[in-house]
Amino acid sequence: MADKMELREIEVWDGNMAASQAMRQVQIDVVAAYPITPSTPIVENYGNFLANGYVDGEFVMVESEHGAMSGCIGAAAAGGRVATATSSQGFALMVETLYQASGMRLPIVLNVVNRALAAPLNVNGDHSDMYLGRDSGWIQFDAYCPQEAYDMNFIAFKVAEDHDIRLPAMVHQDGFMTSHTAQGVCTIDDDTAYNFVGDFKPMNDMLDFEHPVTHGVQTEEDWHFEHKARQHNDLMTKVLPKIEAAFADFEKLTGRKYNIVENYDMDDAEVAVVCMGTSVETAREVAAEVRAEKGIKAGVIGIRVFRPWPFEQISEALKGVKAIGALDRSSPNGTVGMLFNELAGCLVNMENSGVLTDYVYGLGGRDLTKAHLQQIFADLKANADAGKPTTPLQQFIGVRGPKLSFL
Amino acid sequence: MDYKGWNEFEIGAMLRSFEGPTDNIATTLQEDRPYSPNNSFTASVADWRINKPIFNKDYCIDCQFCWVYCPDISIISRDKKMVGIDFDHCKGCGICVEVCPTNPKSLLMFPEQKDGDDALAEWPEKEKKES
Repeated sequence: MADKMELREIEVWDGNMAASQAMRQVQIDVVAAYPITPSTPIVENYGNFLANGYVDGEFVMVESEHGAMSGCIGAAAAGGRVATATSSQGFALMVETLYQASGMRLPIVLNVVNRALAAPLNVNGDHSDMYLGRDSGWIQFDAYCPQEAYDMNFIAFKVAEDHDIRLPAMVHQDGFMTSHTAQGVCTIDDDTAYNFVGDFKPMNDMLDFEHPVTHGVQTEEDWHFEHKARQHNDLMTKVLPKIEAAFADFEKLTGRKYNIVENYDMDDAEVAVVCMGTSVETAREVAAEVRAEKGIKAGVIGIRVFRPWPFEQISEALKGVKAIGALDRSSPNGTVGMLFNELAGCLVNMENSGVLTDYVYGLGGRDLTKAHLQQIFADLKANADAGKPTTPLQQFIGVRGPKLSFL
Repeated sequence: MDYKGWNEFEIGAMLRSFEGPTDNIATTLQEDRPYSPNNSFTASVADWRINKPIFNKDYCIDCQFCWVYCPDISIISRDKKMVGIDFDHCKGCGICVEVCPTNPKSLLMFPEQKDGDDALAEWPEKEKKES
């Protein structure tokens, strides 16, 4: 029996420690991990908790991130509660196994501390790795601060392990800006946190010897399509209602309210930026300032659940907004930004849809400053007044050299 | 097997070996096990075999080497007596012939089309030990 840890009501934790503490409190059976900056402390802290008797479980040291996720898949198929953490290059090496995990419907929780992808090598935060996971069939939650990194882990386990869902889930946080920035985190005591997620309920587990099963089967053109269709159906129809229910339960327990799409100052907004991660908090501050100082009716839409893409919720949030800026923290490498594309999908069939433009920012940990956001809101106001783009559709923000824009 | 629609099967690209719960499966003979249609035991997976082993019981000493070494559980043995070969699963690898210790061998490889009685009629004589 694992020892309980006495937590203060508010602890000073960075995003990594917040994620580790949540993983300890849900008492994971198996963590197979290969540490990588900036997510390293998540599994390091977890190993510490395990060694000191705060967790009953197994820590499996592996030879790579491919091995880490493979170990997690094996343990999850065997019937355990399983989680790990990674970033960037490690996440890229995991990609092949990510599709295995989701296709095998194994409820693994992966903490992804977002970091740029080489080359050139870079350890700082951007959203390249998060975007890389978007077609892998996982649920993707985004945390903007350590408190949310803590809270989203509980939501992720609860939703992923639900027998109606049985899909793996990622909890994303920004490398260093969240993962290494210590802030006050309101804690939940060990028993309450564990009970929120509940005992792990195995399904088709390999350790059920009365019902032997084969996992990881091969299917060809006669069956593959049906399996993928089933998985997509469950992502499209079942996941978001379960997340909403989990958010409601979590609010009753803690008073902290989360939404699939977080709307800030959106009730009467004429212009809005759509973004993820730590940028949401900066954008909220600037939106409030441009409202007070320049009279721009500015709002911010933060994406809390990135996959499955909350098409209807975002469409609803965008209704009546005259100009929208998509803030993409990843190099699109040859197209418009990922968020631009997703938002365009929401807007294309909408009557009187707003003007949509794209901003690529913050690559490799480059700061997004308040001045940048003030300029973006000024651009959006001009687009709203003109009823059409007054700038190129895609602009690079905060890059040195001549102004870079496309389309 | 039925070609079910996307909403009609269990999730997870997972197949059940047996219909319903099983107990003491290791001590239950294959023919008595409740194999599911998803189990390869119920399917023929040997259609690409080009050479097949033929069993000659006249020379067999029931040593069980073939049963032990067969990589596809295709040697049928009951009460430690060699009975024959499961041609729905045998791939024709020849390992059973290789490990057979009798003289002449009790298992020999023949082309897939070879008639069993013809093969037995052509069975080689005992090889004399070189003195």
